[in-house]
Amino acid sequence: MKKLISVIIGLLAICALLAFGAHNLQTSSGSNGSKVLNLYTWGDYIDPSLLTKFQKQTGYHVNVETFDSNEAMFTKIKQGGTSYDLTVPSDYMIEKMKAAKLLLPLDKKRLTGMQNYDPRFMNLAFDHHNKYSVPYFWGTLGIIYNDKFVQPGSIQHWNQLWQKKYRNQIMLIDSARDVMGFALASNGQSMNTTNPATLLAARNKLNKLSPNVKAVVADEIKMYMIQNEAAIAVDWSGEASEMLAGNSHLHYVVPSEGSNLWFDNLVIPKTAKHFKAIYAFLNFMSEPKNAAKNAEYIGYATPNQKAKALLPKAIRNDRQFYPDNRTISHLQIYQDLSPELVGLYNDRYLEFKMHH
Amino acid sequence: MQRKQKLTRNTAYFVPYTLWIVLFVIAPVILLIYQSFFNIDGQFTWANYQTYFTSSTYLMMTVNSVWYAFLITLATLLISYPTAYLLNETKHPQLWLLLIIMPTWINLLLKAYAFIGIFSQAGIANQFLSFIGIGPKQLLFTNFSFVFVAAYIQIPFMVLPIYNAVSELNPSYVNASRDLGATPWQTFSRVIFPLTLPGVKAGIQAVFIPSLSLFMLTRLIGGNKVITLGTAIEEHFLTTMNWGMGSTIGVVLIIAMVIIMWLTGSSKRRPRKGLTK
Repeated sequence: MKKLISVIIGLLAICALLAFGAHNLQTSSGSNGSKVLNLYTWGDYIDPSLLTKFQKQTGYHVNVETFDSNEAMFTKIKQGGTSYDLTVPSDYMIEKMKAAKLLLPLDKKRLTGMQNYDPRFMNLAFDHHNKYSVPYFWGTLGIIYNDKFVQPGSIQHWNQLWQKKYRNQIMLIDSARDVMGFALASNGQSMNTTNPATLLAARNKLNKLSPNVKAVVADEIKMYMIQNEAAIAVDWSGEASEMLAGNSHLHYVVPSEGSNLWFDNLVIPKTAKHFKAIYAFLNFMSEPKNAAKNAEYIGYATPNQKAKALLPKAIRNDRQFYPDNRTISHLQIYQDLSPELVGLYNDRYLEFKMHH
Repeated sequence: MQRKQKLTRNTAYFVPYTLWIVLFVIAPVILLIYQSFFNIDGQFTWANYQTYFTSSTYLMMTVNSVWYAFLITLATLLISYPTAYLLNETKHPQLWLLLIIMPTWINLLLKAYAFIGIFSQAGIANQFLSFIGIGPKQLLFTNFSFVFVAAYIQIPFMVLPIYNAVSELNPSYVNASRDLGATPWQTFSRVIFPLTLPGVKAGIQAVFIPSLSLFMLTRLIGGNKVITLGTAIEEHFLTTMNWGMGSTIGVVLIIAMVIIMWLTGSSKRRPRKGLTK
């Protein structure tokens, strides 16, 4: 009997410890003090020195928590529990979060820096009149090539990837939407197509690309391209800028016939609590000086046109990362597709990956 | 009274174990099976299973998974059996065993990244190939490198049970077999191997089953040129949010694992106690 009692006491003690631990974790990640801001963002997506500066200026301490996919962030916000004040979803995810009623509208009267943003990047389909979101960074999908293996300037269009001479030379980013997307663009189709036959045609075209595909990988692409492991890669501009910084032989091209244009915007999820801090932060990040500093640190393109003017000339005039208006006019933003269509894109993509 | 108390005491010992099994084994499996009967809109359906067994993509993937798991197990076995056998002959088998187990203390991801460095164009492996005059070869993203790295990771789990079986083998049987005129091959195939078979079976279970659902290595080392069911499960849970389909594949994998357990399970004709030491 004594043993039984001690076992039960032991179990209770473990439960108590776990409960205490869980309580502790919750309070530490969602600090409830009044002078804080809980920022939920992509890994390494803000210049840390700006956070210190923000705290010095306003007294608000910023807790940064990170996610690595829009979907993971969506699930966590939907569950609630942690009081995230600001998060940075991409375009289609803003649409999805809006539909799921997970976002709070911005109080425009409390925002001071909205006139600093480039009107081309405001009032877009995923958020009309910027009711919910403030632009943070934007970028494209494109081709990175190494001029040691590829004649400079000889790759300008998606269809050139299919040439026989690039056999086993190309690395693709492991993302259904982007790989299917560039195949669709190469066929002159919309990257948001809802037509199953068009998707099938895109997959068949991708299957023909597979002899040229060396690997379908994720973040590792950066490392491989810097180490001259592959001649060509298809990846996002933000990743490309990091590669270019690591290897001077690399170049980035946005095919002019069309590609993806993406946005990461700051939004207020319904879990938000510290509204004074939120607006202080949004206004702080809209200040040209701060936005420019952030853009220089992260290497992505800033939608803040006054900040862009402050950037060094070499960055500001870099057509690779700030493409001209003609190219921009051919770029397409991903729309939020129905779950069935997302499934279809992924099934076709999986079939392509199986085709070897 | 005394008896009854003893009984309750014994049941008390089972409480933590039962709780663990129910909470972390039985409940998740039931949830997984339950989830597999729902489509993406949350309606009850058999369609997930129908899709699985009529889709050439999923069937091909299943064949792929089993094939690669088989290759990995075979490679592991071919390396581990002689290793375990020789280990038993050495002076300090425990020390050598420790050295073999040591890599399992290192995180899987770190080991995978280390292999990326070794196999890359400018890596040590290619430097060596250039040195002996073969010239650099594409090593990463090949089926070979995938099986190699997976086997490397699984070897300790195969060596351990085989070593246990070999060390329990009574050497007098081997001596008797030799004395009675058996050739070394006969001694091995008729005496040593059958007596260590339980260890081999345990090793196969420990390697084949996890190998069936490897997914991270398929991307990191295989460059997604090797696609297994693990890849599809990851995609359904993380990208398409089609948990029903992901669960269905999970259930199929569980069934496949049960079959393996059953095939390699200890048969009822266990070797008599006297045969081992």
